[in-house]
Amino acid sequence: MRRVYNKVQQISGNVITVEAEGVTYEELAEITTQRGVKSLAQVIKLEGNMVSLQVFAGSRGLSVNDEIRFLGRPMEVAFSEDMLGRIFDGAGQPRDGGPSMTENFIQVAGPSVNPARRIIPSRMIRTNIPMIDVFNSLVVSQKLPIFSVSGEPYNELLARIALQAQVDMIILGGIKLKYDEYMYFRNVLEEGGALYRSIMFVNTAADPIVESLMVPDLCLAVAENFALQGKDVLVLLTDMTNFADALKEIAITMEQVPSNRGYPGDLYSQLAARYEKAVDFEGAGSVTVLGVTTMPGDDVTHPVPDNTGYITEGQFYLHDRVIDPFGSLSRLKQLVNADSRDDHRAIMDGMIQLYSQYRETEEKRAMGFRMTAWDQKLLQYGGLFTSQMMSLTVNITLEEALDRGWSILADCFRPEETGFRSELVDKYWPRQSGGADNPDASMEETESKAKAG
Amino acid sequence: MNLSSGKIVGVNGNMVAVQFDGSIMQNEVANVVHGEQRLKSEVVRITDNRAFMQVFESTKGLKIGDDVEFTGEMLAVELGPGILGQIYDGLQNPLPQLAAAHGFFLPRGASLAALDQEREWTFTPLVKEGDTVVAGSYLGHVPEGIFEHKIMVPFGLLGELTVTHIAAAGDYTIQHTIARLKDAQGNEQDVSMTFAWPVKVPIEAYRDKLLPVEPLVTKVRIIDAFFPVAKGGTFCVPGPFGSGKTVLQQIISRHAEADVVIVAACGERAGEVVETLREFPELTDPRTGRSLMERTIIICNTSSMPVAAREASVYTATTLGEYYRQMGLNVLMLADSTSRWCQAMRELSGRLEEIPGEEAFPAYLESRIAEFYERAGLVELQDGNTGSLTISGTVSPAGGNFEEPVTQSTLKVVGAFLGLSYDRAYARRYPAIDPLDSWSKYEPILPKERVDQARAILSDGDGVRQMMMVVGEEGTSLDDFETYLKAEFLDAVFLQQNAFDPVDAATAPERQKHMFEVVFTVLTRSFSFESKDQAREFFYQLRQIFIDWNYMDADADQYAEQEKKINSQIEEHSK
Ligand SMILES: Nc1ncnc2c1ncn2[C@@H]1O[C@H](COP(=O)(O)OP(=O)(O)OP(=O)(O)O)[C@@H](O)[C@H]1O
Ligand SMILES: [Mg+2]
Repeated sequence: MRRVYNKVQQISGNVITVEAEGVTYEELAEITTQRGVKSLAQVIKLEGNMVSLQVFAGSRGLSVNDEIRFLGRPMEVAFSEDMLGRIFDGAGQPRDGGPSMTENFIQVAGPSVNPARRIIPSRMIRTNIPMIDVFNSLVVSQKLPIFSVSGEPYNELLARIALQAQVDMIILGGIKLKYDEYMYFRNVLEEGGALYRSIMFVNTAADPIVESLMVPDLCLAVAENFALQGKDVLVLLTDMTNFADALKEIAITMEQVPSNRGYPGDLYSQLAARYEKAVDFEGAGSVTVLGVTTMPGDDVTHPVPDNTGYITEGQFYLHDRVIDPFGSLSRLKQLVNADSRDDHRAIMDGMIQLYSQYRETEEKRAMGFRMTAWDQKLLQYGGLFTSQMMSLTVNITLEEALDRGWSILADCFRPEETGFRSELVDKYWPRQSGGADNPDASMEETESKAKAG
Repeated sequence: MNLSSGKIVGVNGNMVAVQFDGSIMQNEVANVVHGEQRLKSEVVRITDNRAFMQVFESTKGLKIGDDVEFTGEMLAVELGPGILGQIYDGLQNPLPQLAAAHGFFLPRGASLAALDQEREWTFTPLVKEGDTVVAGSYLGHVPEGIFEHKIMVPFGLLGELTVTHIAAAGDYTIQHTIARLKDAQGNEQDVSMTFAWPVKVPIEAYRDKLLPVEPLVTKVRIIDAFFPVAKGGTFCVPGPFGSGKTVLQQIISRHAEADVVIVAACGERAGEVVETLREFPELTDPRTGRSLMERTIIICNTSSMPVAAREASVYTATTLGEYYRQMGLNVLMLADSTSRWCQAMRELSGRLEEIPGEEAFPAYLESRIAEFYERAGLVELQDGNTGSLTISGTVSPAGGNFEEPVTQSTLKVVGAFLGLSYDRAYARRYPAIDPLDSWSKYEPILPKERVDQARAILSDGDGVRQMMMVVGEEGTSLDDFETYLKAEFLDAVFLQQNAFDPVDAATAPERQKHMFEVVFTVLTRSFSFESKDQAREFFYQLRQIFIDWNYMDADADQYAEQEKKINSQIEEHSK
């Protein structure tokens, strides 16, 4: 059967149409321009003999006489231990100057896991960040995005979690990553001594947009296969909003009717197909997915964060350089916080309810109302909570954080004001309240105590 | 019968265009031949001799000219004993069996019989030769877990039929002929314990559809007391992501006083279903003392599974629900999320290049949603008994804004609206059902006037809260402040309920009534407070004692004592 064609019928956006026979859906083709530049392309529509392909490197510089060679296979990626420590681009080619992978190719975007073979996740991933460990525990096999806006240290947070988390492997997917961010990740992983257990698939802002669409699939296919071999793999994807925008661009080129602000109607399914690759294989390893979703205009109702939130198992909402307890949620936390310590859940719920009251009081104060005795207590509490729990500089274990929680409460309230169950109060409430000393209190904590009290 | 065949002439996502010979029908099932695999698909549009088909599998690797074999049948489910306790995908493939055959993944084109073909069931006849029966009449029964599973005259048979043969009591497999029926024209037909029914056609083998009146107890206090649901009724649970739709449905699926519960996980996370399917076999149903799984059916077409099968899964679940209703049972079907089903419709409509309506949903969205909820109901069966199917759907509105097509179309047809609010969820006030916006057309289990009075206090309390945001606490009168504290109290001890506490998660109706009486006493009592701080102190202490009480087993020793504590606390400050 003829596999090489050189008559392009149409070029529109990054999509070209050729007349060809025997082509299969989602098959790959290689395009060679007159100047000898090669690019991959993938079949996205068949209509009679008209074949539409999205061109990975974009259509710039393509001419109607370019050579198109169908490869007879769908998108694949290499899978081997040799990939550890290596960096690839969105087409799976080395971008670190190292050798190309030539063996053991696996399909990307393979079938989904049978729900009947899934197990209930049960292992906490400790990060030593109280806003995560205490209030929204991260769990092996969870899929969780960091919702944020540009300018916030989301990539720093991602990198910190990656380094502190107890996992076997890290796979980083960069989607339209700025070059300095790419270098940042590389350096952090290297300095943290984690590069040897990492693989990176990086598409930078300067690289072709269609290639960025491939990055999540490449990362997840490789992760899935390592997990099947028993490895606990952490996949980091940044920034999934860029991925959604690339989908939008293709959809518009294909003249699909947009559903919401230009995004295609299948945005939910497209994102879900990727995030749902997170899994804990019984008797083998696991895939945990942490993504970054930047929110245009800090608007959580924007279609990308909105659809993401409906798919993932919660989100960390990072703004003003803290993980905000409102808007942040780990849906799997109850699977791991029952057996950690018997006061874990109570501290988690109770402190947040009080923090919510503090925020209301803070609003009233901002409007110039007189503060009651109760308001004063809440203000003191809010100050301590912000500096001793929320600040990203806090780096303590879960148990230390729970103890700190009780001592903050005791500094500010009497037990019955907090709504905690009596048995927990009896067990954990510090004996003499007011000025309970915190050996590990940092400078800024002492400062804010002084301010509040 | 002569079945049609065709060849693929186009592929676009999960939609293929097929040039066919012969005659085909709308919604007919066809198989796309891909090597050894057969990919199931459904006709969604016919123009001249070209059919557009949605494929229930990935279309990767298909090409122009591939063969398509039509089946002459519409998309159907297999009905018969052995459905309870099963975990099916949207097309009724049993997932545990698929896992046993294929391992971790769901390979394309894999399909297995929905019912055990080998198992023998102990059949007891209920008719004798010469009896007259109609579609839906009981021919006999077999024991299925906790029920007598009725073997019925297939719903598709028309008119009055005479029983010319009925099997003797004994053990038979589902394919064994257990009866022969003769129609008015003298045509005879063999009947076994199983038959197929097309999922998109409602089962109407009953005498009459009745008005749902009897409450369906969910043991969620804010529902039963404030926004009740009825057996045979419908209710929807819209809410932004993370507001607690799934947790609420999970709680209801465990504790609701229904005979059969069908959980339809439609386009949501696989992990959530796993919790249900791993935990239910371990949990006991207090009503029967048996495993909760024995009354449960799980239909599982999660978000990474093929989109077209997601669309079908909602209908599969409904049809199984109607089937058990026909046996005189009270069935509850919980679909999470109907928005994913509607999105599947939207994807399909887009590929068909139909003229889009609002937010690109098809113009027929509203009628599809109405038809779906219409399949709920309380019915009078052929034997005079009643059976019911209650339908609940979660809605996942884009941006959490209820002003969108799926929520709005749903609100037009359901009997109760349990709207989850972002603010309540983020203040961890679970279940986050908004007590001011939600409504129900059904009767509560508590005296209605008192519930209305309590709601009025909630609304007044909210008014005071909002006012306080403007004028501050000092600008608020002590009376108003007391109203605010009463509303907060009602919210904290009665409306909020801890889904993860073994006792508090489910409150039996009797206990709800009793609790409510105590709460009501507080709401209607005049207290003598000297200051706001004193009032706040009082209510916080009362709340504490009450919450401790909520966590106590009604049989526990301290239970009565704790109630005394509450009462004496109330008396202390009463005027
Ligand atoms: N009744 C409850 N008690 C305690 N926590 C709850 C309750 N309901 C919800 N939550 C918390 O909120 C989280 C999200 O709830 P849930 O998964 O039900 O949301 P959802 O509305 O179904 O969201 P989505 O639309 O994204 O599926 C839970 O994981 C849990 O942490
Ligand atoms: Mg949900």
